[in-house]
Amino acid sequence: MASEGDRRAGPEVAGRRSKILGGGTDVRNVGIALASTVVFVALVAVAITHAPGWDEVQRTFFDWGQFADSLPEIARAFELNVKIFCIAEVFILAFALLLAVIRSLPGPVFFPLRALAIAYADFFRGVPTILVIAILGFGAPALALKGVPTSTTFWGIVALVLVYSAYVSEVYRAGIESVHPSQEAAARSLGLSRAQALRYVILPQAVRRVIPPLLNDFIGLQKDTALVGVLGAVEAFKQSDIDTSATFNYTPYLAAALLFVAITIPLARFTDWLVLRDRRRRQAAGVAA
Amino acid sequence: MSVLALEGVRKSFGRLEVLRGVDLEVSEHEVVCLIGASGSGKSTLLRCVNLIEPVDAGRIVVRGEEVTRRGIDVDRVRRRIGIVFQAFNLFPHMSVLRNVTLAPRAVLGRGRAEAEAGARELLARFGLADKAGEYPDRLSGGQQQRVAIVRALAMEPELMLLDEVTSALDPELVAEVLEVIRELAAGGMTMLIATHEMGFARDIADRVCFLDGGVILEQGPPERIFTAPAEARTRQFLERIVAAGRM
Repeated sequence: MASEGDRRAGPEVAGRRSKILGGGTDVRNVGIALASTVVFVALVAVAITHAPGWDEVQRTFFDWGQFADSLPEIARAFELNVKIFCIAEVFILAFALLLAVIRSLPGPVFFPLRALAIAYADFFRGVPTILVIAILGFGAPALALKGVPTSTTFWGIVALVLVYSAYVSEVYRAGIESVHPSQEAAARSLGLSRAQALRYVILPQAVRRVIPPLLNDFIGLQKDTALVGVLGAVEAFKQSDIDTSATFNYTPYLAAALLFVAITIPLARFTDWLVLRDRRRRQAAGVAA
Repeated sequence: MSVLALEGVRKSFGRLEVLRGVDLEVSEHEVVCLIGASGSGKSTLLRCVNLIEPVDAGRIVVRGEEVTRRGIDVDRVRRRIGIVFQAFNLFPHMSVLRNVTLAPRAVLGRGRAEAEAGARELLARFGLADKAGEYPDRLSGGQQQRVAIVRALAMEPELMLLDEVTSALDPELVAEVLEVIRELAAGGMTMLIATHEMGFARDIADRVCFLDGGVILEQGPPERIFTAPAEARTRQFLERIVAAGRM
C-alpha cells in the first residue's frame, strides 16, 4: 500500500500527489493557497504594526534583547514541565484505567465502589485544578508530618494526577462502553472469566478507540504543568515570572508561551492525524467492521 | 446418558414470556435442529444453555450436572459448551490465530506452541490454513463464520450450540459454512442447531424440534416433521416457508 508513506508525509501530500499524477491542477491550487496566505499575512502584519500604540506593545512584549537573554534560562526551567508531564502521565493512565474498570463492575455488590468512582470523577472534574494544587502543595507540607514529602513539585504532580485521572477515567469509560456487548458474550462463552474478557477482549479495543481523546487530555496536562509554578517550583512559567518582575518587560512570558506551544502544537497535529487515519480505516473496512 | 437435558425452562424479558416451559433432551452424537418463526425463542434457548441468559425457572442439566443451580462456576460450564453466533463475534483486534488460541491459552492454560499447533491443525481442516495471520475484517463472512466455529472447537467442547450461523451470510457463502457443520456431524459432534435452513435441517438433523409459543410444540425425525407434521401450527409454519421459497 503506497498510502502508508503518503499519510506520514502530512501536508506534503498534495504536492507529492500532483507529481505522481503529473497533472497541473494540484500544483496550481498549492500556488494559489501559498500566494493568498502570503498576501493575507502581509496585510495583517501591516495592519498590526501600523496600529496606534504598536511601539509600546512591541517594547513590552516583543523585545528581542529580552527574549534572547531570558530564553535559555526559561528553556532550562521548561525541563521541569516536561518532567512533571511525563511522570504525571504514567500515573494518570494507570490510575484512570483503574477508576474506569471499577465503574464498569456489574452487580449490586459493587455499588459502593462504583459510587465512590463516580463521586471521585464528579468532585475532581468540578474543582479548579489550581485549587487542588494549592490545597496539596501548600497544605500537605504545612502539616509537617514525619514521612510526608515537602517537595512542592511532588505535591504538584500528585494534584495533577488526581485531577486529570478524573477526566481520563471518563475517556476510558466511554471507550469501554463503545465495545459491543456481543464481544463480551463471545469471550465469556469461550469460558473466559469477566476479568479475562476485560483484559484480552474489551480493554484492547476500548483503548485503541480513545487514543485521540486521550491525546487531547495530554495536551491539557502539558499546559497545566505551569500551574505547579504557583507553589514556587521554578518551571518555565515561574522562571519567566521572575525575569519579568526583574525588568518590568513581559517578553519572557512570551518566550515561555512559545516553549509550551512548541510541544502542544505537534501533539495536536498528531492527534488530528490519528483521528483522520482512524476514520479512513473505518471507511475502508466498510460494513465488515 | 443425555449430554443435555432441559426441564421446564422458562425465560421472560420484562413482560414478554419467551420460553414457557421447554423440555428437551440431546443424546451423545445427536444433532438436534430447532426450527420456528423469528422470535419463537430459538436463540434465547441456546443462550440459556450457555448461561449467557439466566433462566427464570426450570433446570438445565449437562451430563448429569445441574448447571442452573445457584453458585455454579459458569466459566467451567461454558468451557464444555461451544457456541457460534449469527454475527460471528470474532475479536476484531486479533489475528485469526489469536482468536482461536486465546481461550485454550487463557482458560485451559495451554502453552503457546501447543495451542498454535492445535489451532493450525483445525484451521487447515476447515480450509483456513492460509488465513491464520489475517485479521477478521479482511475475511469474507463465510470465512469469518468458519473461524468462529474453529474458535469454539479449539476448546474441545462436548456440545456445540449453533445460533442461526448462516443468517448473516450472503447466499453464495452459506454452503461453505453448512459444509463445515456437516463435517462436524459426520465426526460425531453433539449439536443443538437453531436454523432457518429447512433443507439443511432435513439433511443433517437426527431430530427436529418445532418451537412455537415458547414451548416445543412438536418434535421427531426430520422426514416425519417435514412431510407429515401432526400439529396444525407446524403445518402452517412449513407452508409459509415453502411459499417463501425457502424449502
